[in-house]
Amino acid sequence: MRYAMTMDIKKCVGCSDCVVACQTENNVPLGFCRDWIVENVDGTYPNLELEIRSERCNHCDNTPCVRTCPTGASHVIEGGIVKVTHSECIGCGACIQACPYDARYFHPDGYVDKCTFCDHRVAKGQDTACVSVCPTKSLAFGDLDDPNSPVSILLRERKWKVNAPEAGTKPQVYFLI
Amino acid sequence: MKEELFVSGRDIPFIDPVLHIWHWQIPLYLFVGGLAAGLIFFASYFYLKGKEDKFPVAVKVAPFLAPIVIVLGLIALLLDLRHPAYFWQLYTTIRLDSPMSWGAWTLGAVMPLSMLWPLSYIKDIQEYFAKYKFRMPYNLITWIIKMIKRYWVIEWVYELSIKMRKPIAIINIVLSIVLGVYTGILLSAFNARPLWNTSILGPLFLVSGLSTGAAAIMWMARDHYEKITFSKIDLLLIGVELFFIVHMFMGFLASSQVQQEAAALFLGGEFTAIFWGFFVFLGLIFPAIMEIMELYGYKIPISIPAFFILFGGALFRFIMVDAGQITRFLY
Repeated sequence: MRYAMTMDIKKCVGCSDCVVACQTENNVPLGFCRDWIVENVDGTYPNLELEIRSERCNHCDNTPCVRTCPTGASHVIEGGIVKVTHSECIGCGACIQACPYDARYFHPDGYVDKCTFCDHRVAKGQDTACVSVCPTKSLAFGDLDDPNSPVSILLRERKWKVNAPEAGTKPQVYFLI
Repeated sequence: MKEELFVSGRDIPFIDPVLHIWHWQIPLYLFVGGLAAGLIFFASYFYLKGKEDKFPVAVKVAPFLAPIVIVLGLIALLLDLRHPAYFWQLYTTIRLDSPMSWGAWTLGAVMPLSMLWPLSYIKDIQEYFAKYKFRMPYNLITWIIKMIKRYWVIEWVYELSIKMRKPIAIINIVLSIVLGVYTGILLSAFNARPLWNTSILGPLFLVSGLSTGAAAIMWMARDHYEKITFSKIDLLLIGVELFFIVHMFMGFLASSQVQQEAAALFLGGEFTAIFWGFFVFLGLIFPAIMEIMELYGYKIPISIPAFFILFGGALFRFIMVDAGQITRFLY
């Protein structure tokens, strides 16, 4: 089993619904977020290209954050989801430094917090909060090992890219282009 | 031109707009870790060479600074943790992939050994402070000696430390090198921060740490021969350090875009003046010139080069930690 997410850049309108859904579902403290929207503008006027992406932890296959954690609080669970055990985290910040995507932050209570791919929902067979609310259906979630899952189908049919592949982390959030 | 904007309004403390989760605590700790590694290394090395009477300050007196600065560093580290009450979690596991885990265990071993070493020379340390009239530390050492006599447990440890000097020195020489290299590896293991992600940082921090240790020893030395010897050792280490720094930038400039941009911070960017002016010139070249002049017979107070080397060593770590957090992957 290998969970992954796809994000269709062609469909995203940047409404931030995924951000709010995550904050509500996961009780993210005020002023923080586990996912966010990025607007990339490329080129010079009048030849501009705009790209809107909804980003989050990439739940990498090769996890620098888990490797660097001195206590083992950062770990990978079934399906390749990267999680943090709050009671083992000493708040040293090593995993935050190790993440090329700046996907982790210090929770005001002291431990490091991040996207969990809504593992509590996924365990019940539901989609993650962000995927379930996306009004343009630009987000999809599923198991890469299942050839009929939404992500497997999309990755077969579309061209895609990942963020900072040169960092060698093998990210599992795919952007359909 | 490429512009990136968080349209969902991201302003997470310590992460936006640029990463700044490590403040003064980490560079301070890296500095004192290197300094302690230098002090312990020279003490053990010259003891094993049988030169404890030729270099009495290096072998017997200066190492008393090591546990003091390590404790300072540990306090800084504890202050850096956001969940400090859970620090003991470091000692529930050994994670070979994590430099910080290595460091925690190394410190756990260095801490008691660095205390045993000066304990075994406590009478020589007392003599040194009495001879050169350092009132406060003298009183402290006298009080410790009184404690040794009063409690049989401490006396037993004291006698054991004298008997075990040789094995302690052998272990210390290995641990001090691990400690010195670790302060650099801690940073270089972060692939996500291009400025840190160079393996030369390990040897560079080790050499810089040894050089600050040598500077502290020559500052405390009173005998001319010992001063001159450590001044020469320091000169050599400064040379190696400059060589490594040049190589670090050569490596960056021949590497990927993110590392070229990291190097640009120091070659015309915002850290140019402080790095080349204050660290490389004031902290390395200027004290090196002073030391060369002294070797040629000019009378120069040893405290001047020693101070600037220590200052440079600390500044170098502050610059590296600050600048490294600015550098990142672009996508």
